[in-house]
Amino acid sequence: MIHFVLLISRQGKVRLTKWYSPYSQKERSKVIRELSGTILSRGPKLCNFVEWRGLKVVYKRYASLYFCMCINQEDNELEILEIIHHYVEILDRYFGSVCELDLIFNFHKAYYILDEVLIAGELQESSKKTVARLVATQDSLVEAAKEEANSISNIIAQATK
Amino acid sequence: MALSGMRGLSVFISEIRGCQNKEQERLRVDKELGNIRTRFKNEKGLTPYEKKKYVWKMLYIFMLGYDVDFGHMEAVSLISAPKYPEKQVGYLVTSCLLNENHDFLRLAINTIRNDIIGRNETFQCLALTLVGNIGGREFAESLAPDVQKLLISSSCRPLVKKKAALCLLRLFRKNPDVVNVDGWSDRMAQLLDERNLGVLTSSMSLFVSLVSNNHEAYWSCLPKCVKVLEILARNQDVPQEYTYYGIPSPWLQVKTMRALQYFPTIEDPNTRRALFEVLQRVLMGTDVVKNVNKNNASHAVLFEALALVMHLDAEKEMMSQCVALLGKFIAVREPNIRYLGLENMTRMLMVTDVQEIIKRHQAQIITSLKDPDISIRRRALDLLYAMCDVSNAKDIVEELLQYLGTAEFTMREELALKAAILAEKFAPDLSWYVDVILQLIDKAGDFVSDDIWFRVVQFVTNNEDLQPYAALKAREYLDKPAIHETMMKVSAYLLGEYSHLLSRRPGCSPKEIFGIIHEKLPTVSTPTISILLSSYAKILMHSQPPDPELQNQIWAIFSKYETSIDAEIQQRAVEYFALSKKGAALIDILAEMPKFPERESSLIKRAEDTEADTAELSAIKSRAQQQASNALVVTDQQPANHPLQVTQLAMVKIPSINEENNHVDQEVTQTNGSLGEGEPQNGDIFGDLLSPLAIEGPPGVSGTETLSEDGALALAPIGEQENAVKPIVDIAEIFHALCVKDSGVLYEDPYVQIGIKAEWRGHQGRLVLFLGNKTTSSLDSVQAVILSPSHLKLELSSVPEVIPPRAQVQCPLEVVNLRPSRDVAVLDFSYKFGTSLVDNKLRLPAVLNKFFQPITLSAEEFFPQWRTLAAPPLKLQEVVRGVRPMSLGEMANLLNSLKLIVSPGLDPNANNLVASTTFYSESTRSMLCLVRIETDPADRTQLRMTVASGDPTLTFELKELIKEQLISIPTASRPPVHQQPQPTTQPISSSDPGALLAGLL
Repeated sequence: MIHFVLLISRQGKVRLTKWYSPYSQKERSKVIRELSGTILSRGPKLCNFVEWRGLKVVYKRYASLYFCMCINQEDNELEILEIIHHYVEILDRYFGSVCELDLIFNFHKAYYILDEVLIAGELQESSKKTVARLVATQDSLVEAAKEEANSISNIIAQATK
Repeated sequence: MALSGMRGLSVFISEIRGCQNKEQERLRVDKELGNIRTRFKNEKGLTPYEKKKYVWKMLYIFMLGYDVDFGHMEAVSLISAPKYPEKQVGYLVTSCLLNENHDFLRLAINTIRNDIIGRNETFQCLALTLVGNIGGREFAESLAPDVQKLLISSSCRPLVKKKAALCLLRLFRKNPDVVNVDGWSDRMAQLLDERNLGVLTSSMSLFVSLVSNNHEAYWSCLPKCVKVLEILARNQDVPQEYTYYGIPSPWLQVKTMRALQYFPTIEDPNTRRALFEVLQRVLMGTDVVKNVNKNNASHAVLFEALALVMHLDAEKEMMSQCVALLGKFIAVREPNIRYLGLENMTRMLMVTDVQEIIKRHQAQIITSLKDPDISIRRRALDLLYAMCDVSNAKDIVEELLQYLGTAEFTMREELALKAAILAEKFAPDLSWYVDVILQLIDKAGDFVSDDIWFRVVQFVTNNEDLQPYAALKAREYLDKPAIHETMMKVSAYLLGEYSHLLSRRPGCSPKEIFGIIHEKLPTVSTPTISILLSSYAKILMHSQPPDPELQNQIWAIFSKYETSIDAEIQQRAVEYFALSKKGAALIDILAEMPKFPERESSLIKRAEDTEADTAELSAIKSRAQQQASNALVVTDQQPANHPLQVTQLAMVKIPSINEENNHVDQEVTQTNGSLGEGEPQNGDIFGDLLSPLAIEGPPGVSGTETLSEDGALALAPIGEQENAVKPIVDIAEIFHALCVKDSGVLYEDPYVQIGIKAEWRGHQGRLVLFLGNKTTSSLDSVQAVILSPSHLKLELSSVPEVIPPRAQVQCPLEVVNLRPSRDVAVLDFSYKFGTSLVDNKLRLPAVLNKFFQPITLSAEEFFPQWRTLAAPPLKLQEVVRGVRPMSLGEMANLLNSLKLIVSPGLDPNANNLVASTTFYSESTRSMLCLVRIETDPADRTQLRMTVASGDPTLTFELKELIKEQLISIPTASRPPVHQQPQPTTQPISSSDPGALLAGLL
């Protein structure tokens, strides 16, 4: 299972964290510090796996962002590597050629999408189309509620005029 | 730039990004937190939009790594908002901010449950996602039934169903009892019929977890898994959206193959054939392609297929195909594949005997040790360590030594340890071993722990032929201008003991040796000075006739240190000074150290410890587990059908080395008067090297030997034919240890090692015996017969008559418990080595408490049961005297180790313990057992024990079992009998130093 997901920029800024195993805030900071130190310093032509405290971190760099997922020693590393790519492709489709800025200003969207891809540290959906559809439905639900609220407030505003 | 749709949030993020430095950022964050805090305080004025905005800001700040210790309540309260937009934010932020142990989560359980059982699909999804991501034990207990219902409901749509499956997986991980195995296996089988691949992927994850916990319940699902694989492998009706770079859902393929690895075998020939066809297709049909993602995905499947083939131990044809593939992989340029190739080779070494084939790739693996990538180097190191044997030890260890010079600091200690262990285990000759360790100290002294050099001293002391060589080497190192302190210690020690053997060589007169050691004294630390002082005393003793000049020099040093501030140095100086004035008597007192008794290599033990919390599969660990304590024992011959007597017989047995060592210490203390007084008498042989006891009378002078002979007489097994081959482990001790754990070594002698691994489920058990041949020739006439007591049904699969050299065979043994009894099953194991027949009767740890399953009871559950079982024979009480004194905590641990789970606080009296367990046998089915122990704080040696269960025999047997445990821990109460340490050369032919070393381990 995936214990946690980290998105770290090349400068070591955290762009997203998701913890599927219980870590206290203190431990979380420590993990991020340790791992960004290890992973950001790795050269480009090395393998995508880092052994760390009896666990394994699978990571991949996309432009200025490092996507990292931490798994057990015996888990299938390549499978996780492609989950990362799967997630990136979905982000890419959603934002239309995603860049780091998209994820900074819409970090909540990145979280919503991640929740459609992973639950309990396991892959939930491997169809990009399905994930895109579900996220779009959520967006439209939010939009609809906004419009509704606006129209009601309009009505009230008019009525109390 | 896409914006979040919330202006305030975007502005805040921009401002944070605009901060020039960390300090500015912190100020901005603090300002914002202050603002949010005030806004939350006057909550009335907050619109839902504002609330959402602030909660997002909090999450952003939290993500940046700042502590956010307020506002959790606001986030949680959004969960109960009626509208989707607020609810969505509430669920997501809560699941990010809080972890499963947070108290606020408890407050939300009801709301969450209402969303799960409600009719609104989108709300169901939100709730299931939160529970799946951060649900804890409490959630498991209160929500699992609802989630299960949802998962099997026919009206539940895929988008909810797949979340429900993973949510249940989380709850199951938190508390396996929430899934009722009996009813669930059919349901699980239905779930595996799912056509929607999204749902099936999630269900398969759930299945992997269930089956890893208990495969027995899910046999019916096995063919379904194979079916899934067939469909995917043939790409039959797999929707386009579920293919990934042209591969039908690689994730589902991997998960399905993973699930199959939890079944021990596949019996149905058709299913097996179908699966092997799929595997064959994967192994043959995976090519390296240009597209990196396609390549990764197909290799993810390939490596999983490899693991499955290894597990099913297929026809040898496929296994060799696997090794060939791995051999190809470790040579490719793609680093991921190279890494995985090395990793899987190491795994493969552990499951089957492929050492010889893997050795062909040794050169390639050694190249990987020089890879620029530390991850790959680590894998290469593990693999080299695992594949090392007598034939290639020299090459491998020399490579490791070479690598030590350039390795990063984080790896050096592990590297040094591994090199030392391999050198010790597989040395073709002992002088090479000494060379390796000295080089190790020379190159990486900081990373060579004390036990490494202690070990080399032990070897040298125990092997006379080696002594001049070692002394010469030590002398050579001392010529170097700068040497490591550890090297100083080992050289000084060796030269003190053995430099007289070199005295005819140039530059090796006592005076010169003394000079070169003493030159270094100003540079060394206090503990090393103590060792140097001992060396001086020894040199003095060896220079006969005495050289007055040298004598005066050394005496001057002793008297200088008589006032040393360090008590240890002071004591040595005073004592050595006094002793060295005794003239000829000095020779007796300061004679050479006697041979060390053989014992477990503490290096291997340490390797075991350091690895314990890391890699399960790590090679070092599995190797280390095959090594056991080297305490000397006589075989305890056991009458097969009288296990009770066995226990008594076992009491008349050799003590462990520790005791013996203590004994020697005492002996010396007596002979040497003040020496050693105030020293802790620990049994650690390594400690001895550093203690003043390093000076000791020659062996045989003290009373030790006479005593030992008496001891040996007392030990002669009566009326049993004696084996020529002695075990090198304490069989009884091991047996007792195995009674409370499930894997370990059952027996070991210089040729054979028997490991055991057990799994228990209810009234059944499955043991696997690992019969290992340690030698380089094959073992013949191997026989293993089970002598089973009437209450156990035991079935041992066939045992091959011949075990090939250095091979290990696995023999599964099925156990069924018919009724409660403390009788013990015995394995009669015999083999022929050369002309001698070795026969041992070994007790099998299939004992009463293995059929317990822990259960924790609340007061409401316990007391009614306790009252129902009111009188004998169902409830028995006994006052036990002569109890081994132990604290209540220790007693609780003891009970827990027997799977009698202590419920603290259940008994109002703090001096009492209450424990419960469930016992399984065919006649009793599952039966609750209750235990209460009332101790007397004034007298720890007595207690009153009450045991209750629904079966009279069970109650009695359980009572006796606990009593046995309380009265004595079998190893501690042995009579103090001693035996002479066995000479190192004993059963092993001295012409094979490798075997000799292996025997020493």
